[in-house]
Amino acid sequence: MGEKTYLQAISDGLRQEMRRDKRVIVIGEDVGVYGGAFKVTLGFQEEFGPWRVIDAPLSETAILGGATGAAIMGMRPVAEMQFADFISCGWDQLVTVAAKQRWRAGTPIPITVRLPSGGGFSGGPFHSQNPESSFAHIPGLKCVCPATPADAKGLLISAIEDPNPVLFFEHKHLYRRVKGEVPDERYTTPIGEARLHQEGDDVTVVTWGAMVYTAAEAAAKLGDLSVEIVDLRSVMPWDREAVLASVRKTSKALVLHEDTRSGGFGAEIAATIAEEAFEHLDAPIKRIAAPDTPVPFSPPLEQAFIPQVDDVVAGLRELAEY
Amino acid sequence: MATGTAVDVVMPQMGVSVSEGTVTRWLKSVGDHVDADESIVEISTDKVDTEVPSPGTGTLTEILVHEGQTVAVGTLLGRIGDAGAGPAAPPPPSGASVAEPATQAATDAATTASSEGDVAPGEDRVTAAEPESHDGHDRTFVSPVVARIAAEHGIDPASVPGSGRGGRVTKKDMLAFVERQQGAAPAVPAPEIPAPAREPASAQPPPGPPQPEGGEGVEPMNAMRRGIAEHMRRSLDTAAHVTSAIEVDMSKVVAIRDRLKPEYQRSYGVNLTYLAFVARATVETLRDWPWVNAELRGESIVTHNYVNLGFAVALEGGKGLIVPVLKHAEGLNLLGMARGVADLAERARTKKLLPDDVQGGTFTITNPGSFGTFHGTPIINQPQSGILGTYAVVKRPWVIRDENGNDAIAIRPIMNLTLTYDHRLVDGAYAGGFLHDLRARLETSGEADY
Repeated sequence: MGEKTYLQAISDGLRQEMRRDKRVIVIGEDVGVYGGAFKVTLGFQEEFGPWRVIDAPLSETAILGGATGAAIMGMRPVAEMQFADFISCGWDQLVTVAAKQRWRAGTPIPITVRLPSGGGFSGGPFHSQNPESSFAHIPGLKCVCPATPADAKGLLISAIEDPNPVLFFEHKHLYRRVKGEVPDERYTTPIGEARLHQEGDDVTVVTWGAMVYTAAEAAAKLGDLSVEIVDLRSVMPWDREAVLASVRKTSKALVLHEDTRSGGFGAEIAATIAEEAFEHLDAPIKRIAAPDTPVPFSPPLEQAFIPQVDDVVAGLRELAEY
Repeated sequence: MATGTAVDVVMPQMGVSVSEGTVTRWLKSVGDHVDADESIVEISTDKVDTEVPSPGTGTLTEILVHEGQTVAVGTLLGRIGDAGAGPAAPPPPSGASVAEPATQAATDAATTASSEGDVAPGEDRVTAAEPESHDGHDRTFVSPVVARIAAEHGIDPASVPGSGRGGRVTKKDMLAFVERQQGAAPAVPAPEIPAPAREPASAQPPPGPPQPEGGEGVEPMNAMRRGIAEHMRRSLDTAAHVTSAIEVDMSKVVAIRDRLKPEYQRSYGVNLTYLAFVARATVETLRDWPWVNAELRGESIVTHNYVNLGFAVALEGGKGLIVPVLKHAEGLNLLGMARGVADLAERARTKKLLPDDVQGGTFTITNPGSFGTFHGTPIINQPQSGILGTYAVVKRPWVIRDENGNDAIAIRPIMNLTLTYDHRLVDGAYAGGFLHDLRARLETSGEADY
């Protein structure tokens, strides 16, 4: 057990799996000699060789198609998108081939796609997106969005172990900002199981990724309000029971995500709460999300775009006073 | 002060066989404004409990049948008159700081379509109208969770002080109110003595309840209890009850259920119970023994080419019983049966049965086995001629014949079944034949036979 950053936890977890299981390979742009855009795979090629840490051409189609083919041949590839945004170039291989192969032919596709996502550093519209809801909508894909270093390692190992394609959304803003205790030994965090970030009685916040910390900061500012924060951890499949149990307790729900609002995964959660826990609600379900625009480049505009602590404070206050 | 447009509120007919109902709660007080179709009074019959929608818009001017009184269908329960026709409205919710006469005028103005002459000269309605209507609008919104708690505890949300926006009653307000109420209630509930009606209702008011003596608690029977008491007595006075029992080796049913149960749960969200198997086998067996599925009507024997299967469902805490009916059960496969039983039980417990759901049964199954009882002599649900009792499935040492023709003792899941039948119509041999065939069906049917 030691304190690690979110980035170290991902890197260590991946290295541990590669040492344990020769079927685990890494493929991506600059993941080898350069060690990856964010240095997650730094030193991997020296240790595991160029056949297991493959520098791919500048083609997400090649990366995802190659990973899918390798999976069919019995490997367990971990593909890296340099930025989550670039996954759109590989959409066809992922959505048409990988997601449906098991359904069509019964062939498991145990690939993990690492997706550095999220904004907050003026990365602009091509380097800041949170596209999890687009892929949560595709049957055959799983989507995980860890918020803590321990969950980042545990969910990465679960993703590699899983027989389905799993999209691993790692939030760039958390890479070096968040530290936490991470067990040294191998362990898995179950996909589809939420984590109670903090217990409370008055309002439930359902969120994931970096927004877990935004919610916690907002809750800390409202000392008189008892806020329960459900960190979903997995967006597909998602832990309906944990969310519904919390809402049945507090009767008020705020769904918070960094992705844009319309068709964001928060809409699915809000609809499910309305369907399944209607008779337990004491206020309208509230959503806080980014507006329906591309991510702005300018820092003040980006601040206005990404939900901030004060936005969540205002939302919680509104629910409390309702 | 015209009263020419007064509307009568009468005890409704809640199903063909229902002749009377009990007023359980008035949701409005005399002087309250009521909108058309808004729930005005709760009634209870021996079939269902329900709310009666207001037949018109106006002010509740008179309550003629008070809570706890039972009257015949069609009896006048109360009257709704024009706004202003009734006694003075109650004072406004606390927080309104306007003087009372002005508020009264505003209320009248707001609720009267044409109010010329009703407003006393000199009253300034403008000062009061705005805050009153604003406050009133927000207070009346009842959130789903507040509505649920209110219904569970029989509380009118309007009587609870609200701390939410615009005075809305929040869940916390409601829970605090319930807690205060429960804390204030005496250990032994005082008997509810119905207030005397202002005008005598057409039916005689019930005689006063007995006064409790030392150590006794007295509470009035509710409509369902009265219905059960009357029905049970009448059935025993009508039918010649005889009960026969048979033991069934449930090995095959257990094996099929073990195999199908996870799939039913996963694919359909349906809990596959032993009861569903017994019900399926019963429906099939009744085809060969039609008099068990028949009734005596006067001098005639009436048989059915369908099975409307009643299931006795115990209500919360074992107090109260209702027998919802699965119509045309002969057309259901095992999945349909399991789903139908679960649906009826759920709606019985959540009080969502409709009058038609509890009528028209031709045969009934009662299942006290969940408590572990192994035998019983249930009472027939009139006018049917039989009721099947199913009991706990228990592992017992059982003598079987092995493949070499030798007797051996095996451990087998055994269930007792009883058939209680009306000997006026069904004789012992006939009932025995039915039970014999039912057992054979349960012991030999394969998955495909269900």
